[in-house]
Order: sequence, then structure tokens, then C-alpha cells
Amino acid sequence: MSEEDDIILSELDDEELVQQMFDDLYDGLKEEIEEGVNILLERKWEPYDILTKALVGGMTIVGADFRDGILFVPEVLLAANAMKGGMAILKPLLVETGAPRVGKMVIGTVKGDIHDIGKNLVGMMMEGAGFEVVDLGINNSVEAYLEAMEAEGPDILGMSALLTTTMPYMKVVIDTLIEQGIRDDYIVLVGGAPLNEEFGKAIGADAYCRDAAVAVETAKEWMGRKHNSAATA
Amino acid sequence: MSNAFTDLLAEKGTLLADGATGTNLFNMGLMSGDAPELWNTDEPQKITKLYRFAVDSGSDLFLTNSFGANASRLKLHDAQARVHELSRVSAELAREVADTAGRKVLVAGSVGPTGEIMEPVGTLTHALAVEMFHETADGLKAGGADIGWLETISAPEEYRAAAEGFALAGLDWCGTMSFDTAGRTMMGLTSEGMVDLVHGLDNTPMAYGANCGTGASDLLRTVLGFAAKGGTLPIISKGNAGIPKYVEGHIHYDGTPELMARYATMARDAGASIIGGCCGTLPEHLVAMREALDSTEKGPAPTLEQIAEEIGPFSSESDGTDGNGPTRAPRRGRRRG
Repeated sequence: MSEEDDIILSELDDEELVQQMFDDLYDGLKEEIEEGVNILLERKWEPYDILTKALVGGMTIVGADFRDGILFVPEVLLAANAMKGGMAILKPLLVETGAPRVGKMVIGTVKGDIHDIGKNLVGMMMEGAGFEVVDLGINNSVEAYLEAMEAEGPDILGMSALLTTTMPYMKVVIDTLIEQGIRDDYIVLVGGAPLNEEFGKAIGADAYCRDAAVAVETAKEWMGRKHNSAATA
Repeated sequence: MSNAFTDLLAEKGTLLADGATGTNLFNMGLMSGDAPELWNTDEPQKITKLYRFAVDSGSDLFLTNSFGANASRLKLHDAQARVHELSRVSAELAREVADTAGRKVLVAGSVGPTGEIMEPVGTLTHALAVEMFHETADGLKAGGADIGWLETISAPEEYRAAAEGFALAGLDWCGTMSFDTAGRTMMGLTSEGMVDLVHGLDNTPMAYGANCGTGASDLLRTVLGFAAKGGTLPIISKGNAGIPKYVEGHIHYDGTPELMARYATMARDAGASIIGGCCGTLPEHLVAMREALDSTEKGPAPTLEQIAEEIGPFSSESDGTDGNGPTRAPRRGRRRG
């Protein structure tokens, strides 16, 4: 790149800067995203507006292109990493300013499964959409899920499995929730390469999510329904 | 280079590989979440039975029960110190079954992915990945495997690391990747891209191809992609027996033996010479595939339309090799270096 191609973020007006941040997120440029967030803060943007308009806006494009088979895992991981840089600056400020809460998710791969690439992507994309994510990591037993849900009080439980040998364990977890009479307290989303919609239904999940972008869309949709039913109850 | 694998392939023209490991072990009582590799020492008679399924169904080669026998995955079961042992025993049990088959049957030592993302995007270093693959390959060789068999790989870096691991172990190998995301691997590699990757390696495999993924139709499209790119190495096709469904507490794949038989001949017509199944492929599927391959001659390559019609629809419109794949919207900002 020649020098005249250099972009000085601070010289862009707000609209141009947000557009540039969309592209920088797409290209996974963490330092540039951090710089952009700081500039918007200096310009007295509300932290919540930076999150939703710049970061979530940019990650929505990344998510859509991932869903459509334009971007793949490596690019999405880089984009999510760039977003994390921006979120690290915003997170304390969001708490301070009492920004609205989008929702909370507890997520983990099921017992026996260490394949956490998809789970990590979902976690990152959910954070990219403004959700609070509690990541239980890999190899979770029923007890581990229950304990975390008791402690964290999430809206959503996300389970992931990548192997034929581990996917049935999701049903074990859901059956336990039913036994304990708490199944309907949570939105249960499942995902993983060998799964499909029919499988998700058969084991009693609320939805199967084909990929991380769909997980975000589905989570938002179900959170909306939850709010609606709470309002009418 | 000549070895038991290339000799048998030259003699028979087309080899029937095996079917599922996980699905069959479930049917023998493996519990969800358990490590199948531990059965090599805990339940050896069941592993022998698994191997006999393939041999008795007419397979020319079968994979050992060592898919997850690497340090990264066994750590989960606190068995990371047993990588070499569990790999070796998986091959020893297989050797015994192959040598008493009454015909030439090859033992292919299964090597699955580490489950981690490699540098620069992830944290697993090339050196550590090579070391893990080397360790598994050593064990398989010590147990008498005829050939190493890398499978279900998504990342080019991991495929390269495995090639080095096999070289260090002095074990000839084959290697397949899993094309499960819009016709590409999870990391975005197309079938064409894999042909370039494979043929550019220092330690070239004896054969390359695709396994698992999203159903038999997609897999056949991937094989057509390999053939169109025109590599020189033999092509492997190991597709799932349909799509997984949950029936009465079990995972059931919906592909019938008839469907898998047709898949097998179509895979041969598309250009594959080592053909088998993956998840959901039971002995009855293999028997039907053997029968179909033996009773028909190789025909012209199927078209995508024929595949969709006879085997089922594809999971995505394009697989990224036809120039018709989706592309990103125009940038609004400026790209920078």
C-alpha cells in the first residue's frame, strides 16, 4: 500500500467512520477497531450506540456472509477477535451507563466432545450481537450445565456437539431439565455439524441453529417471543 | 512407490473401504460421551467385532478404532499418556482380523483431527500438531497398520502437519477432508483447493479425497470437483449414509442400502477408486455397495442433475468451484493493507 492510501480514522466524519469500521471488522483489523471505538467515545457517542451501530452493525454483515458461504471460519474468527478488542473498551462503560440488556446465554459442548470451534464462533457472534455469554467450555455433564444455569440465570442454554458419538447427550440434558420442571424457564438452542432441524425437534430443543449467524438470529427471535409472552402473562 | 495399498489398488482397480465406526459402536452399547478408543483395551472383543463387520461385508480395507487417539482429544478422558498404546492396540486387533480374513484385506490406521485450530488464527502450533500426528502414526505402525489414514480434516495447515507426522513415523498414508460448509471444508477450502494442496506436499499421500460432510450427494459433487481439477493421485470417497435422525433414543441415518449402492457406483463413475461410507454406514450398506460395484462396469461421470435426482438434493447451490458462488456486497469504506 502506498502512503496516500493510508486512512486517518480521526479525519473521517461519523458516518464514514462507521462504514470504515464495518470494513475493518470484516477484514479482522483489531487495532483499527479499537481506535475507531476510542474516536467515537471522544466524540461523545453513547457506549451503547457504538456497540449497536458500529460493532453489532459490522458483525451483522460478517454473520450474513458466513451464513451465505462467502466467509468461512478463519475470517470470522479474525473478525470476532477484532470485535472483542472493541468490546473490551466498551464493556465497563456499558455497565456504568446501565445500557439495556439484550440477553444472557450459557453455552458449552456436551460431555465427550472437545470440538469447540463452532461453539466458540456462536459465543463470539452472540457477544457481537450484544448478548452476555457465559462459556462453560468443552465436555460438560448434565450437572455442569445445571449448576451454571442455577448460578447465572441465563435466558438461553446453548449446546454443541460435533460427533455422532456425543450428539445424543443433548437429549440427556434436556430430559433432565424436564424432570426437574425447569425446561420452560430457558430457550434451548442446539448446534453442531452432524445435527439438523429434525434432530433438534426430536430431542426437545427449541431450535437447531445451522451456524453461528443463524444462532444469533434465532436467539433474537426467541428473546422477542419471550418478552411478548411475559408482557401478556 | 509400491506398498500393500498401491498393490491391491492396482490389482483390483476399485477398492471398497469400510463404513461407520461410531454408529456401529453405539449399536454395541457405547455410551454418548465415552471415548471409543478406550474400548481397544477395555472391550477388545467388541472392536474385533466392529472390524469383522467390514471384512464380512466385503471391504478391501478397513479403518482402525483410533480416530480420536491423539494427545489433544484423549486428554479429555485423562488418557493423553496412552496415545501410542491405544493406537498400537487398535492396529494389532485389526491386523489379526485382516490376516484371518481368507483374502487380502488392508488395515488402515485412522487418524482424526486434533480438534484445535492451528496458528495463525488459532493457538495450536505447527510443531505441536506434527508431534501429535507423529505419535499416533508411530503407534499405528507398531501395531501393524498397512497404511495411515487421515480423515475428517478441515484446515489445510492440519493436513500438512499430518503429512509431516506420517513422514516422521515412516508410514505411508492416505488423507481425506470433510466438506461440510457450502460444499467447502469448515475452513473454506474447495475441492479444487484440496487437489492443489495434496499435490504440492513433500510427503504426498497414496490417495486423497473426502469423507463425512453432509450426505452422499454433496460428497459426489466434491469428487466431481477433484476429478475436474485433474490430479494424478487416486481419489477416495467416503460419504455418510444419508442424514442423521433421532429415532427411539438412537441416532439413525436415513440412507438405505439401495441408496448407498447407487452412491458407490456413482462415486466410481465420478472418478473415485477407493469407495466406502462414513457415519451411519452399517454392514448391510456395505454388502449392497460391494454387490453394486462388482456387478456393474464403470460408466460415464454423473451430472449434478443426476446426482440430485437419484441421491438427493445438495446442501448448497454452489460448492465454490463453478464461479457461481455468492460474493460479498461492495465495500463502502476503503480497503487498506
